[in-house]
Amino acid sequence: MQNEAAPIRLLLVDDEAGFVQVLEKRMGKRNIQVTSATSGTQAIQVLRRNDFDVAVLDLKMEDMDGIEVLKVFQKMAPEMPVIMLTGHGSAVAAEEGIALGACDYLTKPCSLEELVERVREAAARKG
Amino acid sequence: MTKALPPEALKNNETLLRTRAFAIIGVSILPMLLISALILYQFHRSYQEKAYAHLGTIVKKHKLNIDCFLGEKSGDIRFLARTFSFEELSDESFLQDRLETLQQEFDNAFVDLGVVNGQGVQVAYSGPFKLGRAVYADADWFRQAMTRKFVVSDVFLGLRGLPHFIVAVRDNTSGQDWVLRSTIDFVKFNNLVESIRIGKTGFAFILNRDGELQTTLPRNVHLESVPYRDFLEQHQADPDPDRVYIAQREDKEGNDFLYVGMFLKDGDWLLVYRQTTSDAFADFHRAVRVTLAILLLGMIAVISTSFAVSRRTAYRFAEVDMERQLMNEQIVETGKLASVGELAAGIAHEINNPVAIMVEEAGWIEDLLEEEEFQEGENLEEFHRALTQIRTQGLRCKEITHKLLSFARKTESRVKEFQINDVLQELVDLSEQRAKYGKVTIETSFQEDLPLIQASETEIQQVLLNVINNAIDAMEKEGGNLFLRSRLVDSNVIVDVIDTGPGIPKSNLGRIFDPFFTTKPVGKGTGLGLSICYGIVKKMGGDILVESRVGSGTTFHIVLPLPEENEEDASTES
Repeated sequence: MQNEAAPIRLLLVDDEAGFVQVLEKRMGKRNIQVTSATSGTQAIQVLRRNDFDVAVLDLKMEDMDGIEVLKVFQKMAPEMPVIMLTGHGSAVAAEEGIALGACDYLTKPCSLEELVERVREAAARKG
Repeated sequence: MTKALPPEALKNNETLLRTRAFAIIGVSILPMLLISALILYQFHRSYQEKAYAHLGTIVKKHKLNIDCFLGEKSGDIRFLARTFSFEELSDESFLQDRLETLQQEFDNAFVDLGVVNGQGVQVAYSGPFKLGRAVYADADWFRQAMTRKFVVSDVFLGLRGLPHFIVAVRDNTSGQDWVLRSTIDFVKFNNLVESIRIGKTGFAFILNRDGELQTTLPRNVHLESVPYRDFLEQHQADPDPDRVYIAQREDKEGNDFLYVGMFLKDGDWLLVYRQTTSDAFADFHRAVRVTLAILLLGMIAVISTSFAVSRRTAYRFAEVDMERQLMNEQIVETGKLASVGELAAGIAHEINNPVAIMVEEAGWIEDLLEEEEFQEGENLEEFHRALTQIRTQGLRCKEITHKLLSFARKTESRVKEFQINDVLQELVDLSEQRAKYGKVTIETSFQEDLPLIQASETEIQQVLLNVINNAIDAMEKEGGNLFLRSRLVDSNVIVDVIDTGPGIPKSNLGRIFDPFFTTKPVGKGTGLGLSICYGIVKKMGGDILVESRVGSGTTFHIVLPLPEENEEDASTES
């Protein structure tokens, strides 16, 4: 697709492996370099070793509460914008996340186009 | 709402309470009986004392009258004998004058006068009988008169065969004994004695020491039945003139009599008064009858009240049991609904993930199709169409779960203000699929800008969903129309749920809100739905009304009151 700009480095955290894999591939075609993690702990480990432009974080995960992960992200990489993915009806939790510093939230299931748009927006804001 | 109780519910409690009823009866009635018995016994004793005393007094008075009469008569004769000499009185015309004076004075109580000499020969006589020169030497009274100063004889049949008695006085002031005698009018004396009449059966008579009647008895009375011999035997030796003797005896036919006796004439005669006991104690018996009647009524009252109360209590217990059972079932039902809601929400949530993945994979294939090698392919269009279809269906899944989650999300039953039309629309969306399968078309007409109502959203959802589901169920077989309308009337929001189903027959119409009433086959529906709905709506001050005609359909009107502030909005708006 467009290879002019540098790819956006995205940390995608979601415990649904199939979802993460296909997103990785599709975003790859859209100049977004995706590193995925399927658990909060794994995400934190990855973040320790790498930098990212944007993070997309699923709120409901098995091992750790998304909000907790968000807090850790804030500590480890305060500059990195975080987009939250919430299930239907978790608007309350999403607002809590925003209050804590997440920059945006999307309701699952969401379309790829929408997600890509939000990621690009967030990356642009950071930079 | 009428409450009909199943008979088994009553039976269990009835046996329990019957025992209690008997206990209450026993505890109430036993003291009543004891007290009544005690009081009646005391009353009987004291009444008897009083009655005897009363009778005694009357008989005593009567004795005095009789004694007075006799005393007076003998006194008069004595006076004559003392005042005039033997010679004077032997003059028959003089004697006649004296007799006439006596008769005038004493109303003919003295029948005749006779002067008898010491040998017992009557030397002068004045009176109605032809007694000329009668000889009384052997007469009892003569002999007695010779030994005593004066005598009142027993009644005897005289020379003429008529009953009479004699007052005779002996005098010997002139040196020789002579006797002045007079016959006393027996009839007058008899009447005097018989004049005592107390009650209906009381009468008096006089007997002498040997038990011979001195006065007449009433026609239907026989002397043998009178136990005078007992009196005489007991008190023969020392008759006390002031003592009243009272006894109660039965005659041969079993009739009970009361006898009162007093000695007259220094013990020579016995005045006997007789009355049937039932007559003497008439007042007492009446009092006893009244008391027993009251006692009986009291017992009946206690027993019937006791049973009535216990029956009422049994019914109340059964009612309470029923209510409790109903509440338990409602709680279970509500719990089930809540679980199902949660389950559905969980499932909806879970489905979202695989659906999202599928849609994304289809998207990925689309992405790949952009590559050079596929642009020339024959089936490119078909690939795109198929992939788009996958995306469309995925979106549809999302909508379905979205609806369900939206409905299930409202788990809080807190009261707050909300717009009823939103709830209605949500329910319509939810019910669309079901309606389609049942060949039911849904039409809506919601009044715009309805004021908000204040209630528990979950409860209102439950009520409306219940009614809507019932309507769809009713029309399942043949299909039909479901019309939902919301409107504002005065200070109420009214939701109409109108179906074109088979309708509800009149006999069932009054019972559809009764708990456990259902026309659905066993296993399908508990019959609790509408009763719970009724309870919910009533609790918030609303109402639920139904109209139905067999063959045309059923209409439910759910009336929901506006909260008070909104009532003003409503009036200003309309």
